[in-house]
Amino acid sequence: MGPLALESKLLAFSLPGTDGKTHSPDQYRQAAILGVVFTCNHCPYAKAWEDRLIKLQRDFAKSGAQLLLISSNDPAKIPDDSFENMKRRSKEKAYPFPYLFDESQEVARSYGATRTPEIFLFDADRVLRYHGAPDDNFENPAAVTHHYLRGAIEALIAGRQPEPTDTKPVGCTIKWK
Amino acid sequence: MKIEFLYWEECPSHGEALARLREVLNKAGIGTPVELIHVGTDDQAVAMKFPGSPTIRVDGADLFPVPHEVVGLSCRVYHTPEGRVTPLPTKDMIRSALDAHRIRISKGG
Repeated sequence: MGPLALESKLLAFSLPGTDGKTHSPDQYRQAAILGVVFTCNHCPYAKAWEDRLIKLQRDFAKSGAQLLLISSNDPAKIPDDSFENMKRRSKEKAYPFPYLFDESQEVARSYGATRTPEIFLFDADRVLRYHGAPDDNFENPAAVTHHYLRGAIEALIAGRQPEPTDTKPVGCTIKWK
Repeated sequence: MKIEFLYWEECPSHGEALARLREVLNKAGIGTPVELIHVGTDDQAVAMKFPGSPTIRVDGADLFPVPHEVVGLSCRVYHTPEGRVTPLPTKDMIRSALDAHRIRISKGG
């Protein structure tokens, strides 16, 4: 099974967040753009892109873009990805977005996510308009030549379709039970 | 000198990391072949004390030792001198670590 196909509708979920609340996409109806981002604590790719995602959320908050970060990794395999450690990480980094724990891994499976990070970006009608990586250089933010996610958000805000719409997610594999 | 490159194929950084290692060795005039070791199971990771992919060992010693590193099948976290987190060492990091290793050997360490 591949990832959720472009132009698919958002798949609903309800997950506990590190803020002690339960979050679902319905709560973010006001958001003009909703990004579902599969990520985790331990993965060096996720860590490398983490500050860029934080900056994106801060840059576009007023434009109505909302990211929802989800960790689906099995903490039995990667203790750093336990819910307690997710809470610690979100606090340390002062996450400006919810950080949700997909303990059953059903959300990751339903989206067909396989990597961390892996982004599914939905427009105001909650139609999938971009899937893939945040940008084209996980190693060095200063060396990025294609800002895929930033460009996709800007395009949707401007009423255009993102280009590209699909890139290869680059990162660690999701650690399944 | 014995050079081992341990990797887990599910972590995508190993190809680029191996290319960087070979380039650094080539430029340093080190002709020692790199032994590729695939770590594919949790049991192998424990047996080989594998702290993540990729890992480079020279004469049995980790080129980037970290105290109390967790062993297992995962992508390894590296930190650049500039403070960035990255899944693989830069060429400068490999070069510096190899130089340090050779100095230790020359001093009998």
